[in-house]
Amino acid sequence: MRRPRGAAHRGNPHAEAREIVFDFLEGYDLLGAFWVTVQLTLLSAVGSLIWGTLLAAMRVGPVPLMRGFGTAYVNIVRNIPLTVIILFTSLGLNQTLGISLGAHNFDTINFRLAVLGLIAYTSAFVCEAIRAGINTVPVGQAEAARAIGLSFTQVLTLIVLPQAFRSVVGPLTNVLIALTKNTTVAAAIGVAEAALLMKKMLENEAQLLLISAVFAFGFVCLTLPTGLILGWVGKKVAVKR
Amino acid sequence: MTEVSVAKDSVAATDDLVVLSSVNKHFGALHVLQDIDLTIARGEVVVVIGPSGSGKSTLCRTINRLEAIDSGTILIDGKPLPDEGRELARLRADVGMVFQSFNLFAHKTVLENVMLGQVKVRRTDKHKAEEKARGLLDRVGVGTQADKYPAQLSGGQQQRVAIARALAMDPKVMLFDEPTSALDPEMINEVLEVMQQLARDGMTMVVVTHEMGFARSAANRVVFMADGRIVEEATPDQFFSNPRSDRAKDFLSKILHH
Repeated sequence: MRRPRGAAHRGNPHAEAREIVFDFLEGYDLLGAFWVTVQLTLLSAVGSLIWGTLLAAMRVGPVPLMRGFGTAYVNIVRNIPLTVIILFTSLGLNQTLGISLGAHNFDTINFRLAVLGLIAYTSAFVCEAIRAGINTVPVGQAEAARAIGLSFTQVLTLIVLPQAFRSVVGPLTNVLIALTKNTTVAAAIGVAEAALLMKKMLENEAQLLLISAVFAFGFVCLTLPTGLILGWVGKKVAVKR
Repeated sequence: MTEVSVAKDSVAATDDLVVLSSVNKHFGALHVLQDIDLTIARGEVVVVIGPSGSGKSTLCRTINRLEAIDSGTILIDGKPLPDEGRELARLRADVGMVFQSFNLFAHKTVLENVMLGQVKVRRTDKHKAEEKARGLLDRVGVGTQADKYPAQLSGGQQQRVAIARALAMDPKVMLFDEPTSALDPEMINEVLEVMQQLARDGMTMVVVTHEMGFARSAANRVVFMADGRIVEEATPDQFFSNPRSDRAKDFLSKILHH
């Protein structure tokens, strides 16, 4: 192919076309917005894994009060729309009760509130996935563990939960993918993540379909590898019986 | 009559390890254990036999409180069986248990299975625990399988690992809940041989089983249960050659003549 010297870029008709088609992206921090989405996802994932595991432990535990709390929490929280929960963290916790989660700047407060809301919501689903996993562990495993003198907590943390986690990597992957997409609800309280930027671009630019496609593609880029990698992990750690 | 009771008392005074008195247990409407009185002396091997549903497995499981009882008392080494909690866990560490379905921890290697209780309950140093675990695995004849996972072993090998896991806690008494019932016929003997050896070494054992050969050769005493009651207690010779109760005669005629 013939390339005129010094005009490699200008002379390439493909590059020129790309420039015109993706013109609307100029001036927007697309990567920055998706980075906020990633941060929301990771922090909420870790938080809801911890809180969800604790809830599952409560639901299978011997203390009736804790069992009752776990059951009530899951049944209430998973039946409330996420938008309502996220709005409540802002309107209820922050503006009415004055909780700012240790932050002073408006953006940071909202980011933290969104993480809190996402954890509260997602952990109900994590809890149920783990509880299903606990049910796949044969009763004999816990009995044998009790028989050698392990305490309830040891039976749970050394024997039952490690096996339960290995059997629910698949369901937990679903929860993680749902969580990644659910972070878009944080736009409702002004967290500058991908969906908020999309809304802004849709208002200012003309290429509505193309903008939607770009953001859809962005989310697929986040969730597709998650699913593939965790699918492989799930197979690798599965307990053979 | 008087002589017998005097003899019993003198045994009780010497060295009773497990004492059950008037133990009752219900599963819903089913009265699975009815006024059970049973005393097991230190070093004694007691084999519990009986038809299925007679409550023999339940009896075995009440001794380390895997099944809670409704009334009565169970003493282990002179101390009553504690309720749930730390005390109970401590007691269970002293009572070894071997299950029908092996119940080896599926996500841990054979070696880790035998080390876990020592490290987490007895707080033994890891190196010492491993040394002991390897020694016990050699003793039950599965030393070469130490780094495999339970699912990679045959049933007989798994059950021998389970025995090693229980022995690693230095139990005062070992409970065997139908240890050979889930095994293929050719693997039963390798497990029974380990149990025979344990009996010869003086381990106190309560064995629920259908292996009459083992009962004959290793037991000091046979306890025959039916419908939630202890119907007969006798030495193996007495029991197998001359059972007193009709229920036991009926049971033996069904299992021994074909």
